[in-house]
Amino acid sequence: MKILVGIKRVVDFNVRVRVKPDGSGVDTDGAKMSINPFDEIALEEALRLREAGIASEVIVISIGDSSCQQQLRTGLAMGADRAIQVDTDIHLQPLAAARTMLAVIETEQPGLVILGKQAIDDDNNQTGQMLAALWNRPQATFASKVVVAGDTATVTREVDAGLETIEVDLPAVITTDLRLNTPRFVKLPDIMKAKRKPLEVIAFTELAVSNDNNIQIDHYAPPAVREKGIMVDSAAALVTELKSRGLL
Amino acid sequence: MSKILIIAEHNGVELNNSTAKCVSCAIATGGEIHIAVFSATGNEIAQQASELSGVTEIINIQSADYSHALATTIAPEAALLAADYSHVYGPSSTYGKDLMPRIAALIGVNQVSDIMAVKSSRSFQRPIYAGNAIIDVSVPADQTIVATVRNASWPAAETGGSASMREHTATAERPTHTRFVELASEGGDRPDLQSAKRVISGGRGLGSQENFAIIYALADKLGAGVGASRAAVDAAYVPNDMQVGQTGKIISPDLYIAFGISGAIQHITGIKDAGTIVAINKDSEAPIFEVADIGLVGDLFAIIPEIEAAL
Ligand SMILES: Cc1cc2nc3c(=O)[nH]c(=O)nc-3n(C[C@H](O)[C@H](O)[C@H](O)COP(=O)(O)OP(=O)(O)OC[C@H]3O[C@@H](n4cnc5c(N)ncnc54)[C@H](O)[C@@H]3O)c2cc1C
Ligand SMILES: Nc1ncnc2c1ncn2[C@@H]1O[C@H](COP(=O)(O)O)[C@@H](O)[C@H]1O
Repeated sequence: MKILVGIKRVVDFNVRVRVKPDGSGVDTDGAKMSINPFDEIALEEALRLREAGIASEVIVISIGDSSCQQQLRTGLAMGADRAIQVDTDIHLQPLAAARTMLAVIETEQPGLVILGKQAIDDDNNQTGQMLAALWNRPQATFASKVVVAGDTATVTREVDAGLETIEVDLPAVITTDLRLNTPRFVKLPDIMKAKRKPLEVIAFTELAVSNDNNIQIDHYAPPAVREKGIMVDSAAALVTELKSRGLL
Repeated sequence: MSKILIIAEHNGVELNNSTAKCVSCAIATGGEIHIAVFSATGNEIAQQASELSGVTEIINIQSADYSHALATTIAPEAALLAADYSHVYGPSSTYGKDLMPRIAALIGVNQVSDIMAVKSSRSFQRPIYAGNAIIDVSVPADQTIVATVRNASWPAAETGGSASMREHTATAERPTHTRFVELASEGGDRPDLQSAKRVISGGRGLGSQENFAIIYALADKLGAGVGASRAAVDAAYVPNDMQVGQTGKIISPDLYIAFGISGAIQHITGIKDAGTIVAINKDSEAPIFEVADIGLVGDLFAIIPEIEAAL
């Protein structure tokens, strides 16, 4: 079984992005770029399934311009067998990203697709669910545990009420939550080895995917700031303060 | 005029408060508001939905296949119903986040995630980059708007309404490739985080699962819900459903008290809508003090008993 893993290039989670003064976007110039943290977890899970003999090949895919090859190379260094870059300068919204993945799925025929639950730039949390819908296959979102046996996967999902377990027939789409695993560190020799692993570039235009029905972004603003607070010097003063504000 | 369909969230017995919040967002959008209730035997739930004021019709869709809230079985029928509406709203709970994009894809549109505010019937505000930027987005007139409503940004709609009830028989396919196995909840009987008026949270500073007992004890004294940082969840001090933040629950209590939480941006995102934020941390440089309304520097293990004594 092949596993396809989505890898999105995003501003590193430690970087605090700022909105440009004219409201035209966020300033990401020179910001450190990384693999979306949830996608690193997705790749780690796929690698573990390969190491357990359940998967035979792990393919990482990124949709974006040539700069995302950097994240694909990191994915190869972590242990993916090969990489696909779908080349486009357009920042695709989730529906088109899902359609693009579906086009690649038709060629690659993976038994499992693992994506992150959300990309931490746009915080959309849509692509996996959309891909599963278009592919007419099961979705197991927000996974914190995955067990694959034969042609089904049993997935524990982090839901508001606790932990929900569902069973899905393969092929299926799984999206990852933070507690699924802890991704491995990349070792230097693996970075060298990754340079020789195959990285295929497919032009987005070649896939005949329609990029329509987009949501328009009109304006960017910084979040509202909270008024500066006060410091108290004892628990008793804290309780007095809360009581005077009618909170206790 | 806009016609808005809300997909109700419930646990099989009771309507979730998130549905009433979607109604508030729909009222702000303007238009006729209907609620679809997918359930196995949910007449009670449909009845509760019909009492939300501002709603004119409840679509009651019952089938044994809906005994668990699986996106794969609900989405095809919801997408069919959507043909009669300009807007389809669901909550930004894990239920809505799982379901709504599947509906959007079947209709062939992108989703507006996490509506914080409505600017006009087709234009909305939503957060990106963990709340570091707020964007105004608009959806072109020829597209159905599918959206999730950010729970923490909206009050629950009032009750006192009396919407009409329409029974509807589902005709779309209900695939069997996805099957519910079980739901394990560890919640107990403390107030639900997303509706609690007071929330007490603990972070890595608690140091162990056993030490968390002092947080529970204080919460019980104050009738508060209990939350945690991701570090506390990762270290297995508490179960996952207590995590507050970008990837946990986004909450908006009147009072939020954080003990031993440093204030990472991912955590702050989840508490920014709280009325008053109180932080107790032994490190006076901890970033949580930048957002706290009231801060106290000190050892939480000494301070908690002192708070209890002063109550
Ligand atoms: C993609 C992504 C998503 C994330 N989502 C979330 C999320 O949803 N929610 C979330 O919380 N985090 C999230 N995180 C993690 C986040 O970045 C932080 O790592 C986490 O919030 C830290 O938790 P903490 O404050 O408990 O621990 P720490 O940062 O280790 O802070 C512990 C604090 O306790 C204080 N302390 C220690 N002992 C005491 C004592 N005796 N008395 C008083 N104070 C004491 C210390 O001074 C310190 O400030 C996410 C991270 C990523 C990458
Ligand atoms: N451009 C992209 N390239 C690769 N994977 C993507 C891309 N966009 C989204 N994804 C995948 O879809 C997940 C969810 O993204 P989103 O729906 O945008 O929050 C991400 O974690 C990725 O796994």
